[in-house]
Amino acid sequence: MRRFLLPLALFLVLVGFLAVGLRLDPREVPSPLVGKPAPAFQAVALARPEATIKRDDLLGKVWMLNVWASWCAACREEHPLLVEYARRGGVPIYGLNYKDKREDGLGWLRRFGNPYTESLFDPDGRIGLDYGVYGVPETFVIDRTGVIRYKHIGPITPEVLRDKIEPLLRQLNA
Amino acid sequence: MIPEIGQFLLLLALGVSLVQGVLPLAGAQRGRADWMALARPASYAQFILVALAFVCLTASFVRHDFSVLYVASNSNSALPLAYRIAAVWGGHEGSLLLWVLMLAAWTAAVARFSRSLPIVFVARILAVLGLVAVGFYLFMLVTSNPFDRLIPAAADGRDLNPLLQDPGMVIHPPMLYMGYVGFSVAYAFAIAALIGGNLDATWARWTRPWTSAAWIFLTFGIGLGSWWAYNELGWGGWWFWDPVENASFMPWLVGTALIHSLAVTEKRGGFKVWTVLLAIMAFSLSLLGTFLVRSGVLSSVHAFATDPRRGLFILVFLVIVIGASLLLYAWRAPSVGLGQRFALFSKESMLLVNNMLLVVACGAVLLGTLYPLFLDALGMGKISVGPPYFDTVFALMMAPLLLLMGVGPLMRWKQDDAGSLARRLRWAVVVAIVAALAAGWAMGRISPATTGGLFLGCWIVAAIGVDLVERLKPRAGLGGSVFGRARLLPRAMVGMMVAHLGVAVFAIGVSMVKTYETERDVKMGPDSSTEIAGYVFRLLSLKDVQGPNYNAVQGRIEVSHNGRVIAMLSPEKRIYRVQNNPMTESDVDSNLFRDLYVSMGEQLPNGDWIVRVQHKPFIAWIWGGCLVMMLGGALAASDRRYRLRQTRSADLPAGAGAAR
Repeated sequence: MRRFLLPLALFLVLVGFLAVGLRLDPREVPSPLVGKPAPAFQAVALARPEATIKRDDLLGKVWMLNVWASWCAACREEHPLLVEYARRGGVPIYGLNYKDKREDGLGWLRRFGNPYTESLFDPDGRIGLDYGVYGVPETFVIDRTGVIRYKHIGPITPEVLRDKIEPLLRQLNA
Repeated sequence: MIPEIGQFLLLLALGVSLVQGVLPLAGAQRGRADWMALARPASYAQFILVALAFVCLTASFVRHDFSVLYVASNSNSALPLAYRIAAVWGGHEGSLLLWVLMLAAWTAAVARFSRSLPIVFVARILAVLGLVAVGFYLFMLVTSNPFDRLIPAAADGRDLNPLLQDPGMVIHPPMLYMGYVGFSVAYAFAIAALIGGNLDATWARWTRPWTSAAWIFLTFGIGLGSWWAYNELGWGGWWFWDPVENASFMPWLVGTALIHSLAVTEKRGGFKVWTVLLAIMAFSLSLLGTFLVRSGVLSSVHAFATDPRRGLFILVFLVIVIGASLLLYAWRAPSVGLGQRFALFSKESMLLVNNMLLVVACGAVLLGTLYPLFLDALGMGKISVGPPYFDTVFALMMAPLLLLMGVGPLMRWKQDDAGSLARRLRWAVVVAIVAALAAGWAMGRISPATTGGLFLGCWIVAAIGVDLVERLKPRAGLGGSVFGRARLLPRAMVGMMVAHLGVAVFAIGVSMVKTYETERDVKMGPDSSTEIAGYVFRLLSLKDVQGPNYNAVQGRIEVSHNGRVIAMLSPEKRIYRVQNNPMTESDVDSNLFRDLYVSMGEQLPNGDWIVRVQHKPFIAWIWGGCLVMMLGGALAASDRRYRLRQTRSADLPAGAGAAR
């Protein structure tokens, strides 16, 4: 009998590893940008084509950069969470409207709510390139001295916001 | 409205599969004929319900219903109709629906073509398949509902992943799933036989054609996937040892072992316990493959959108299905008797070694695939295991397998004599060595590794030749012409020879490509040219092309050989408008002995392009080999003794098939 239990035993060991593996993220590649100064940019505001925003304008406060686009389905998933967060009055969120058309982006914000203090308009994705964006949405936390402290790829979930981003923001604002 | 109907049909199908999974099984235990009789109608009903649900999802795609989240995420108003239909299985939710549709189709087929089986056995088989279906319906309805609404509806869809917009992709997943899911039939036969305690030659005979059928589909699916990657990814590679490829290859290896082990069980009554274990393993690996693809535990180019809840659900499902099967195995297997004894030098031994090599090769692939996960789980860092590991380990396993493939079919059951076998095969060895060296010489360079590979391929062909000549020799009681005698060869035997021939063709193709392929990345502007392997590639022009949902730059490249124009190739670099993804559309001129492969890389600031040109000798043999293997499988599965009314053999006591 014992000999015939061997396949089951091997299988259970495998399951153990798979269960641990589920908690790990193979894509959680430590971003080379974390701990480095946020790349400089000079961008037109999405809602105010006459205004430009520079990275250095934002020094001195903790802020989040959220990369979004009207064509991005996953952005809609995280969007209510951002709107809710902004309503509660956390740190300012700046949007990076990535490879989008201005009217599409503005229409999207009118429809789903605007959690952003301001959205940077990046139609050709040049700023996104500097920030190493390879999937939308992505979210960066940037501290008072302009250093990137955290990067999240993919939609933010309530868990990520509660367990990772908010504790970090509290610590940075302390 | 249509999505709601689809959702409702899925719920109904879940209910029916519950009935199908529980009542016939209980009926078989208690001898209730009325409960057992439910199995067949329930199978048909389940198939019809899920097929209608599939039609509903397809209709949503065809009608551009972007209020369905899945449609909005995987289609677009500019997507052509054929790809809108293929987009049904272009994402996670829809491909699960395809999975259950296939499962229901196999189940219905078993219900239909099992008239000659005892009803108790049929009831158990269909019940096991029903229980598997229950798991998948729950998975779909709980975590991945393809009919979820998106309110308010999207103005337009996110488009199908451009990589998947290719004719090969339209049929690759259905074929692969037919194979994956097909092993559930062999699995259900094994579980039913374990429960009923009737693991015997008859059981093996019933299982064989179903296993071969599933194996044919899986072979086709894998071959097609490889061909698609070759044409569509633009690198000219045909196998990448990607976790998802491995996930489909592992069941194939074990399924191949199962086909061979079933032969021993049917003919000699041996290997019974081992065959059952292989049947369980083949399907378990199919399920594991589903888990690896869906859960995101491994990173892969194929990865679907991942969600930890889905991973957890499949893992629990895996534990229940595979755990329960292996527990049943551990409980029932000890009471299964051993088969007939055999000598060390016999066909049985050869098939045992074959099984060992295939299973160990599968283990090596599994280890390589999961090794990054193991290390990560143990906190020992992140690594990736690449082709060097797989190529080396795999070649080490396959070389002895191919060597024995020449010997095994010529050996006698029970006991054979090494001396006489060596005499029968001595010419085959000589022919194979000469042919391997001659091929190397003809290609202009003889390398040890290639000669080894070519030798193995030629050796298999020569040994099949010897086998054929011996079987067609006039013998006492078997007169007539050679053709008359050829017609008397059992189809299963011919199928085996053809399938082995396919392996030989494949091995020759791989050896040739690996050694003699050449490639060159060149900077090309209009009217510039380059040469590889005696072929001159000349870029005539570059022009902009508008596709239905993409913009492209198309190069016109003229290929000439010895001053004669032999082909005109039009590779493209496409930008799909919605997802803004660049895609490389290669163009290939293909014949039996070489492919000329051209793909466009990046554009340089001065307007020139980086163009990759490749010469790949004998690469068509790789997929040709797969087709020949499939043909062999089809011949074997259609042997007439499987189609005969099996009442006669069913009357025989267990193991009696061995007498033949």
